[in-house]
Amino acid sequence: MTARILIVEDEAPIRRFLRIALEAEGHLVSEAATAHEGLALAAKEAPAAMILDLGLPDADGISVLRGVREWTQMPVLVLSVRNDEAGKIAALDAGAQDYVTKPFSTGELLARLRGLLRDRAVEGGSACLTLGPLEIDAADHRASLSGEDLRLTRKEFDLLWLLASHAGRLVTQDMILRAIWGPAHAGDSQYLRVYIRQLRAKLGDDAADPRWIFTEPGVGYRLAAG
Amino acid sequence: MPDPARPTPEALLPAARREGRGHLKVFLGAAPGVGKTYAMLQAARSRAAEGTKVLVGVVETHGRAETEAMLRGLDVLPRRPVYHNGRILQEMDTEALIARRPDLALIDELAHSNLSGGQHDKRWQDVEDVLAAGIDVYTTLNVQHVETLNDTVARITGVRVRETVPDSVLEAADEIALIDLSPDELIARLRAGKVYVQDQAARAVANFFAKGNLTALRELAMRTAADRVDAQLQEHMAVHAIEGPWPTQERILVVLPEGSIGRDAVRIAKRSADRARVEWLAVALTSLRAEARAEDSTSPALRLAERLGAEVTVLQADGAAEAELLDFARRHNVRRIVVPRPPIRGFLARRLMPRPQEQVVAGLLRGATRFELTLVTDEDSPGRRTPRAASPSLPDAGRNFALVAGAVAATTLLAVLADRFIPVFSLSLLYMTMVVAVAARLGRWPSVAAAVLSFLVYNVLFTEPRFSLRIWSQGQFLTLLLFLAASILTGNLAARLRDRAILQRAISDRTRKLYDFSRRAAAAASVDDVVWAAVSHVAAVLECDTILLLPDDAGQLTVVGAFPPEDRMEPRETSAARYAYDKGEPAGRGSGTLPASRWLFLPLSAAERRIGVLGLTYADGREPAPGDRHLVEALADQVALALERVRLADDLAQSRVLSETERLRVALLSSVSHDLRTPLVSILGAAEGLDQAGLAPDGRAQLVDTIREEGERLDRYIQNLLDMTRLGHGALKPRTTTVDLRELAGAARHRLRGALRDQPVEVAIPADMAPAEVDPVLIEQVLVNILDNARKYAGPRSPIRMSARTERGRAVLVIEDDGPGLPPGAETQVFDMFWRADQGDGGQSGTGLGLAICKGIVEAHGGRIRAEAVHPDGHGTRITLDLPLWNPEVSA
Repeated sequence: MTARILIVEDEAPIRRFLRIALEAEGHLVSEAATAHEGLALAAKEAPAAMILDLGLPDADGISVLRGVREWTQMPVLVLSVRNDEAGKIAALDAGAQDYVTKPFSTGELLARLRGLLRDRAVEGGSACLTLGPLEIDAADHRASLSGEDLRLTRKEFDLLWLLASHAGRLVTQDMILRAIWGPAHAGDSQYLRVYIRQLRAKLGDDAADPRWIFTEPGVGYRLAAG
Repeated sequence: MPDPARPTPEALLPAARREGRGHLKVFLGAAPGVGKTYAMLQAARSRAAEGTKVLVGVVETHGRAETEAMLRGLDVLPRRPVYHNGRILQEMDTEALIARRPDLALIDELAHSNLSGGQHDKRWQDVEDVLAAGIDVYTTLNVQHVETLNDTVARITGVRVRETVPDSVLEAADEIALIDLSPDELIARLRAGKVYVQDQAARAVANFFAKGNLTALRELAMRTAADRVDAQLQEHMAVHAIEGPWPTQERILVVLPEGSIGRDAVRIAKRSADRARVEWLAVALTSLRAEARAEDSTSPALRLAERLGAEVTVLQADGAAEAELLDFARRHNVRRIVVPRPPIRGFLARRLMPRPQEQVVAGLLRGATRFELTLVTDEDSPGRRTPRAASPSLPDAGRNFALVAGAVAATTLLAVLADRFIPVFSLSLLYMTMVVAVAARLGRWPSVAAAVLSFLVYNVLFTEPRFSLRIWSQGQFLTLLLFLAASILTGNLAARLRDRAILQRAISDRTRKLYDFSRRAAAAASVDDVVWAAVSHVAAVLECDTILLLPDDAGQLTVVGAFPPEDRMEPRETSAARYAYDKGEPAGRGSGTLPASRWLFLPLSAAERRIGVLGLTYADGREPAPGDRHLVEALADQVALALERVRLADDLAQSRVLSETERLRVALLSSVSHDLRTPLVSILGAAEGLDQAGLAPDGRAQLVDTIREEGERLDRYIQNLLDMTRLGHGALKPRTTTVDLRELAGAARHRLRGALRDQPVEVAIPADMAPAEVDPVLIEQVLVNILDNARKYAGPRSPIRMSARTERGRAVLVIEDDGPGLPPGAETQVFDMFWRADQGDGGQSGTGLGLAICKGIVEAHGGRIRAEAVHPDGHGTRITLDLPLWNPEVSA
């Protein structure tokens, strides 16, 4: 699968190894070193996805994100630094699909990017999702693991469906709470903690050594992409 | 012998004192309306024409056109509005005046009293400040306002002005210009409405401006100016070592006995001292008894003396004060003693109920053989109380009388019983014994009452004829009289003993209080301890409220302790405290500066260094008695010394902390140079290795692995340094939320999944355990650090166990490994920065920061972390974390 990827990053060495890695995957790569240049290229070349550094010399990466979101929903992967949970959440809120923390492994970045591009491919809304042994049918609200029915409550099913439809990608606590419990419950991480625990139990997943639901402390959850 | 041709240091002192100060020129007049302000403005205009920067601080034109015309063209400082009794009035803005830094300031009416709210009571104090700032001042003054002439003027004119200026201010003036106008001309001006007289009734004005008055005032003004010229001449001669008839250094002493008012005596002493050009002293006498009752008639006079430049002392004297007083006078080379004469009373009154003032005067008359003694009529003060006359309160008297009656009755009963066995006249001894006992218990007057009562009862019951007051023989009468006299005398003696004992107890009580404080202060280890000891002790000793202020790092005085505890002060109090601190003089209630303050502030200084301010106030708003003032000053000295001692000890500890910081800095440098560089060496080497031709695929993979692993190590190291810095700056504020510890353990393992590839990790955290209330990001970092440490020190494939439980409302998280364990005694050291367990060659190197960071993070959560051995032989390391549990009630 060949796609055009836009890299907006001011550090030339990082751009260079990203280009090498992406081109090895068969992608076409455009590079921008500033926010201004990045926005111009995003408009001109209509890339399939964008890798965006949050710390740019001329403007905040989030402003690029907001600019891009005015006309396109293309996937955006954000590069952030450790201990900047607030920045990560702000980027996700502004419409980024996922992030990786610097220093990141190239393998992990490519895997995330694959997830984003695949999402794009299935966009249009399928009522059925399959992640390895996990099958989820939205039409009759049923989920099964290795053929066994999971017997989920309504809320548990909604939670699993939300995570699964973003499989491999981070979903923030805030996003989940808004989507399932409504905007009034945006801060109630209590609900979420309890439901995640129940969902894990039904999936036979261990919080201490997860197979399905991975915790990003202080940010959100990620469902394994099968 | 000093070289006679050289000026003595004392002579140079006044001149030196004026160095750096502004020059003060006083335009002195005999009465309002002579044209002082006009003359001052005229002089100022000519100075301004010479190019001097003149600023008008305050000039009252009283609407006179000619004066207003003089003001035109001069730079006038805007006044400061002051709210007073519902009206907005204008006062001089001294601070703004000093800030403008003119060469010359015009400040009219030196004797003006400021409205409350200003820094000082009196304008002359503002002028002092302006002069101290190096600014020249022109000012105006009427002779009636000069402090020591106040009485004279009042006597001449029948008008007493309340606004006075201390003579020392006038003496400090560099120049005095006498503005003279003949009485006739002045009266003509008054008739023409050209004289403005403030707040005085028309009749009083008319009286005041009578020709005779004006002539006398004019003479007084002239003499004052002439005295001043004389003084300048003398000073000039002294400074330039011109021989002259210098007065010997014999001094004048004004004595203020307990119960006197003494202000007139002080003024007269001052004038005598001035005229004789000698120093003068003031001594107030006070007894413990008066102090205990807070009776303090002399303190205004004492303060007046202080203001007028006397050296002031309080002598504590009970009974024979004159010996002590004369001794004091001799030691201070006093030639003349001024004492207020008590009001004349009848001979018997003087004999039977002597007042302390009378005793002192009589004592001086007897003992002062080689002194010149001046008696000054003491002014009367309505409602004056003589200390001794203070009788016990009525219920007290009633109680005493009941006791006396009871004692007499009991003795009588005893006497009736004893009547059979002993001769009648010996029974009187029983009564006498009782009278002595009453005197010892209840004092003088009850014992007299007991004696008289006994006399009557004895007479009625035991002398023939019985049951009548009549007496048969003369011998009997005499015996009875002797009995009465003996009773009263012994009673008196016993009462005196009792008084002595009470006084003695008061004295030892006071000494003990002073001693107690020094003992408490000596035991105090920190500034806080000393502060608390000081405020609580002074409060207990003087039965007042206390407060202690110390400057903070920015030099701002802040409340560090108070009794009863208080941590804020009103702005007015703060400015009084600030004044006391800046000037090193008492300020506030009972002092001359900012007396509107509720508090009296005493500066604390030790070894020439200002340390802070001690404030005290009484609940009933009274001023501290002079004896208390001296006690509190003694205490203040002790407080200052104790604070200084603790400060020095702190400084010593500080330098130890500094050397500790220095040690850490060295450790950090060596750590950075070693730990930062080692991974870089590997990365650079591996990268170059990749460049080599003919590299085996296996070797290539190994080099790539090396680069990745070393890069990750470098990243962890930098992360540690960043975390440590944030911890060190206290910038790390946990953002807590409810967290499942099992989930957190999973996340930490996931982050270390590369490094923990070969490590069996057992997690025994109940899935349904109550959640913890922590910052998930930070605690994950803690777990990562501990797991990483366990992996490094226990070695690959050695199991790591994580478990958690709740205990007494806390979450307890335990991580164990089976490695070699900690060196004995290192259980707390492992959490120190840059501490590392000794590892032989080939051991995993770390930064020595990981566990220090864990400790910082856990403690920021209000938790604890500790390390210990797992097995009794010292093998294995167990790290235990104690963290807060989620509390639904608090969160909800």
